[in-house]
Amino acid sequence: MTTTEIAPSLHPAGPLTEAREKMGRRFAYGFLILSIVPILIGYAWLIIATLSIRTEGLLPRNAEGGIGGFTLRNWDFITDSAIWNAMLNSLLIAVAMVIGVGVASTAGGYALSRMKFAGRKGFLSMTLVLHAFKAEMLLIAIFFVLRWLGDIPLIGDYIGFNSVGGVALVMIALELPLGIWLMKGFFDNLPWDMERAALIDGASRFRVWWQIMLPQVRPGLAALSLFTFIAGWNAYLVPFTFTVGTKVANMPVFLSQLISDTAPTNWNQVAAVGLFQMVPLIIFFIFTQELLLNIYAGGSKGT
Amino acid sequence: MRVELENLSKSWDGVVGADNITLDIADGELVAFLGPSGCGKTTTLLMVAGIYKPTGGTISFDGQIVNAVAPKDRGIGMVFQSYALYPHMTVFGNISYPLRLQKLEKDEIRQRVQQVVDMMGIGDLLDRKIAQLSGGQQQRVSLGRALVKEPQLLLFDEPLSNLDARLRLTMRGEIKRLQKDLGITSIYVTHDQIEAMTMADRIAVMSKGVLQAYDVPEALYDRPKTLFVAGFVGNPPMNFFDVEIVQADGDFRAKSGGIDLVIPSDRAEKAAAVKGKVVMGLRPEDVDLVDDTSPATEGLTLTGETTVVEPLGREDLVQVSIDGVEMRVLVDKTKGVRVGDNIELAVNTTKIQLFDPETEQSLLWA
Repeated sequence: MTTTEIAPSLHPAGPLTEAREKMGRRFAYGFLILSIVPILIGYAWLIIATLSIRTEGLLPRNAEGGIGGFTLRNWDFITDSAIWNAMLNSLLIAVAMVIGVGVASTAGGYALSRMKFAGRKGFLSMTLVLHAFKAEMLLIAIFFVLRWLGDIPLIGDYIGFNSVGGVALVMIALELPLGIWLMKGFFDNLPWDMERAALIDGASRFRVWWQIMLPQVRPGLAALSLFTFIAGWNAYLVPFTFTVGTKVANMPVFLSQLISDTAPTNWNQVAAVGLFQMVPLIIFFIFTQELLLNIYAGGSKGT
Repeated sequence: MRVELENLSKSWDGVVGADNITLDIADGELVAFLGPSGCGKTTTLLMVAGIYKPTGGTISFDGQIVNAVAPKDRGIGMVFQSYALYPHMTVFGNISYPLRLQKLEKDEIRQRVQQVVDMMGIGDLLDRKIAQLSGGQQQRVSLGRALVKEPQLLLFDEPLSNLDARLRLTMRGEIKRLQKDLGITSIYVTHDQIEAMTMADRIAVMSKGVLQAYDVPEALYDRPKTLFVAGFVGNPPMNFFDVEIVQADGDFRAKSGGIDLVIPSDRAEKAAAVKGKVVMGLRPEDVDLVDDTSPATEGLTLTGETTVVEPLGREDLVQVSIDGVEMRVLVDKTKGVRVGDNIELAVNTTKIQLFDPETEQSLLWA
């Protein structure tokens, strides 16, 4: 918000109401602190675990059972190119999803919200119904589609079975019903008059969408991008099903490959990889959080 | 620019928005579309703007039918009730937007925007964001954006409805002055009849999608052609009574319950042909309290008991019950009328209106 106005207090600031306000604020902070303590403990545990040979609760233990035994051995995987490859694949899937879902949802959401065309209602209800199908139910059918896509000359290798592109394509398709409905909702809330004004000012319909309407739904688009990025980054079932081997594995699949049926699993290493997987998400969130919190900024006043 | 609407209609799946609207607007004229919400005035305006496609009839600008012309090619500027400014742009960005779309030179854009903001008195706000402006400032920006294109036709869609009363009064005068100075043909949609009366050269009164009357303000006020126009134009609204016109001793009398008034024969004769009841209309300002200075005359008075007194400042709006029939009248506040008083009112019967209750058409000005 760039507004500099300060809302006047509803009540005259007497000493009594001031004290009450202070109490209320203390209570709110107390509640918030209490509710994040378990989460913080969980993270602390995770971080301690990645730096020790083994742990008992929050306490790291060395080989003799005493406190200690810190090590960086669990982080050895960082020098392994396989994890960087997995991270790159995760990033590719997530970014492709953000772009694909973003473009298709804003364009589709706008059309469904503002334009009249045959089959609009049917399309809307169908996307809802499709969203009700869980990805698991569709795996076999999608497998055949991806096999068929893989047979397309030239681009088949990039969007077919066992390719990062294929996984991204499937993930985009699964995410689209939510994205389109979400963006349609945001467009529904925009006043028609703004659009009419732009049309009269000389803008084409495409320009109205791009220059006038899209800036108004930016907070919504940011939220959708964040959801989509997280969904893409953490995607497990689809990449696990439609990829073979380590070359096209993404982070969650890589992580699962550390857990072996035949050899003992180094859980502290699994924890380290898990923590490593979170780093980009945290960076992404830091950059989008202001946009997300700004959801109520902008918009025309007095309507 | 001359604007002609001919049999203009718009309906959606059987719901009629505008029904056979025919009217013409002369070059440089300001015409108000007046009517209650949902009467089709905004629908008609949006058809003129090219946002809605008419389902029937034609719109002509200077004799050219423009039904199929896109909004941007119609040479119009529009001001909206919600201002419809682009919140992500500055004031300069908003006003210059139509010019930037025309791909004009930067210098020319700057110069024309400057000219408009100077005219609107918002020159110091150019770099502000829209959310930082007050309602009145936003409306000025919106007007500036409409004017910067140098339009042939200005469309106003209830532009003052969101402003407070005092600001509305100022902007009313300002818009009218601008419109006359620039000589731009304008259509002004409003539900506020005072706005329409004070600003418009002619008023088109609409109801339920139908054009009820199209005339200069004084004519609508003095010679309403339909019951709807009589009831809608004028504030406080006209009183209506169901009366019978009877002829006795050479006088025409309107009778019903406690009402027995002598009607001037030139008006009554036209109504005498109607058998049974007619609707008599009487404006609240066309009566006077009977006292020492204005004595009563037989056949020209009404008596009743006051039930409500609303002080309006200069006058009191008094509700009188005349043998069970409620009537609102304006009374000089110095007369000190109180609730429960029995008062006698002298009626200016030369101002009486008469309507056919079936067709709701005026019997006097058909």
